[in-house]
Amino acid sequence: MEPAMFAPVAGAQTFVPHQTQGHVLCCLCGTAIAPNPTNMCVNCIRTQVDITEGIQKQVTVLWCKSCGRYLQPPKHWLKADLESKELLTFCIKRVRGLQKVKLVDAAFIWTEPHSMRLKAKLTVQGEVLNGAILQQSFVVEYVVERHMCPTCNRQNANPNSWVACVQTRQHVAHKRTFFFLEQLILKHGADDACVNIKEMHEGVDFYFANRAHAVKFIDFLQTVVPIRYRHDKQLVSHDVHTSNYNYKYTFSVEVAPLCKVRAGIDSLIPAAAGLPSGRYYTFRIHFSVVEVAPLCKDDLVCLPAKLAASLGNIGPLVLVTRVTNAITLTDPLTLRQAVLEANAYWRTPLKPMMGSRQLTEFYVLDAEAAVPQGGYGHSGKWALASCEVARAADFGSNDRTLFTRTHLGHLLHPGDTAVGYDVGNANLVDPELEKAVHKGLTLPDVILVRKSYEEKRRRRRQRGQQARAWRIKRMAVDAGEEEAAPAAAEGRGRGRGATTAEQEEADMERFLQELEEDPEMRARVALYKDPHFDPAAAAAAAQAGMGESDEEDGDVPQVPLEELLDDLAALGLDEGEEDGEQGGDDGSEDMME
Amino acid sequence: MASRCGFENSNDVGVFANLTNAYCITALGAAENFYSVFEAELADHIPVIKTSVAGTRLVGRMTVGNRNGLLLPNTTTDQELMHIRNSLPDEVVVQRIDERLSALGNCIACNDYVALIHPDIDKETEEIVADVLGVEVFRQTIAGNVLVGSYCKFTNQGGLVAPQTTVEDLDELSSLLQVPLVAGTVNRGSDVIGAGMVANDWSAFCGLDTTSTELSVIESVFKLRDSQPSKIVGEMRASLIDSMI
Repeated sequence: MEPAMFAPVAGAQTFVPHQTQGHVLCCLCGTAIAPNPTNMCVNCIRTQVDITEGIQKQVTVLWCKSCGRYLQPPKHWLKADLESKELLTFCIKRVRGLQKVKLVDAAFIWTEPHSMRLKAKLTVQGEVLNGAILQQSFVVEYVVERHMCPTCNRQNANPNSWVACVQTRQHVAHKRTFFFLEQLILKHGADDACVNIKEMHEGVDFYFANRAHAVKFIDFLQTVVPIRYRHDKQLVSHDVHTSNYNYKYTFSVEVAPLCKVRAGIDSLIPAAAGLPSGRYYTFRIHFSVVEVAPLCKDDLVCLPAKLAASLGNIGPLVLVTRVTNAITLTDPLTLRQAVLEANAYWRTPLKPMMGSRQLTEFYVLDAEAAVPQGGYGHSGKWALASCEVARAADFGSNDRTLFTRTHLGHLLHPGDTAVGYDVGNANLVDPELEKAVHKGLTLPDVILVRKSYEEKRRRRRQRGQQARAWRIKRMAVDAGEEEAAPAAAEGRGRGRGATTAEQEEADMERFLQELEEDPEMRARVALYKDPHFDPAAAAAAAQAGMGESDEEDGDVPQVPLEELLDDLAALGLDEGEEDGEQGGDDGSEDMME
Repeated sequence: MASRCGFENSNDVGVFANLTNAYCITALGAAENFYSVFEAELADHIPVIKTSVAGTRLVGRMTVGNRNGLLLPNTTTDQELMHIRNSLPDEVVVQRIDERLSALGNCIACNDYVALIHPDIDKETEEIVADVLGVEVFRQTIAGNVLVGSYCKFTNQGGLVAPQTTVEDLDELSSLLQVPLVAGTVNRGSDVIGAGMVANDWSAFCGLDTTSTELSVIESVFKLRDSQPSKIVGEMRASLIDSMI
């Protein structure tokens, strides 16, 4: 009640008289205007000051005719359509002197595309005289000059000229690591800057147009596989006047041979090819040899006593169960797991005692769950089991059975087949193993590595079921020395009873199976729907097969359809890929676009 | 007649000169130009004197006066005071006053009958202003500006005030001063009228930048079109004769 009484009184005390703004005469033309800081009418201010003074009205922009990109100094080339937002942004950035005023509007004025002129109408606001704000529009003309960008220049001169080379090597008999690496590179687009990719003996060479791209690529490799690398440079030329040295660089990358990428200076492609002569060019040619650790998944390793101790007395017989930029080692007898970082690996480079080539097939006769001993460190991924197995080769000839413990207790059932190392019969030469045996290690007869679906897959194939609803992409790789010296390659291949091509095909098949069996691995790569796969026909075939054959082979691991990506081919975007595969030059194709 | 002049490249004539109906004070400058403009226009009728005030050349802003008197800030030296006293006619009372706001020209605006003063000026100063200058005193602001001397200029004939002044303020001031007022500018749009020009009943001086539009406004509001000292005498004589007859 009281506030209601006081309110009008308070209002009455703060009486504000009505104010009418008068008029003054514009000091120049004498028209009556409302007073403003300059006391001039707008027209007179316009005649007195030009806020666009000092702003560039004509600008030259460089445009690459072959790729249609504009040069954004110092080095960036910007792709923009005529009259596009991007081009307008670019054009505005190129006008010098716009900092002094405030830009409020910008638009293109239409010009004939052939005229090589762009016109932008800019509206700016600026402070004039005593703080009055003036708005003014003006037209900036851009003269488009043709200038070929370095990428197109190189493209036209010699698309394969390179400055840095990353030589990735793994000294193992199979190529599965590189298949996996290829998928990772494709998924992450790490090969965008590649000028060329060549397949070499025990590895792949990646060529780059400058050193930074190569370094970036190696950084990528370091995050995905255990590698070590070395870099070397070779002097190509030297300008005594400017002390410019011109090198080629090589990065030698070695992948850990438990599944290795190694690099050495190999071939040189003259980088200066196709560039105008008569000037000193400075090229640094980078080679880098990347060595990938030679350990692969499923390898059996005997750890040196010291390393085993530092990993918590694991092993010393361990299986490699996962290879990323770190290596995961699992003791199949206690389920304990240890992770070996890449640099830790390279301090004590492990060699596989037995590799995937020596895997033998076993039939599981009996499997019984067991409780792992040793208190900690076992992974929940595995389950310990005591198994009775028989060699598949012995089946039908004798009744010899073997007892073993395995970490595959969650997968193995009586009647299954599994692959593993026949340690008892193997001829093992490993200094670390000898030391361990001296210290009292007793070797198990068999170490099972994984469940085998080989038999079931074979049966499915016989019934005519199509194997896969998916496919992976391949990188466009130039055949290097491998194909260049087919005689030597085949000579090697025959010794092992298979040609290189057959071997590669088998490796690829095994790689695909690994993808099917290991969802974790699958998660790291991109799988695409196979456009030729017919789900209806597959279902029909499965139905037909169901009647005559056993149902057990239903548990063959398959990639769920929902995990697959729509192939770019289906979306009509695959021209680059197709061309790349034909031309064998994917990277340069990308640069052209 | 209104004329343009400049003091050493400055347009602010009102800063460097003080013009009344009985005398004109100009600053001591390096060149004689400024002084000679005033001398040429005024010397026949009133004394034009050169002096500094408190050692500065800002005589127009430091002093305020009319036909009856001249007020000087307390920083004025004795020599200056003596020189001014000696140069001015005897009827003009020259007084040095003790006022905190020592830029008297900025804080006080007057003609021969009325003065507007800064709202914060001392009571004593107010009384001195009334006594020495013989005027009625009002504490006022011009369009919210307390520096009444800077933002307006008026004579017995009329006055010019800063352009922001509202119509209501203009009416109020006009009724206080009993002269016609108009909002306007000097020196090509400048709103500090008092600093930009000086005027008395028959002449005015403004900066060199003043446009012809501004000049015509000044001439018309101060009624300078055909005013000469002789004309005033003529008018007075005519009215005297009228009253005597």
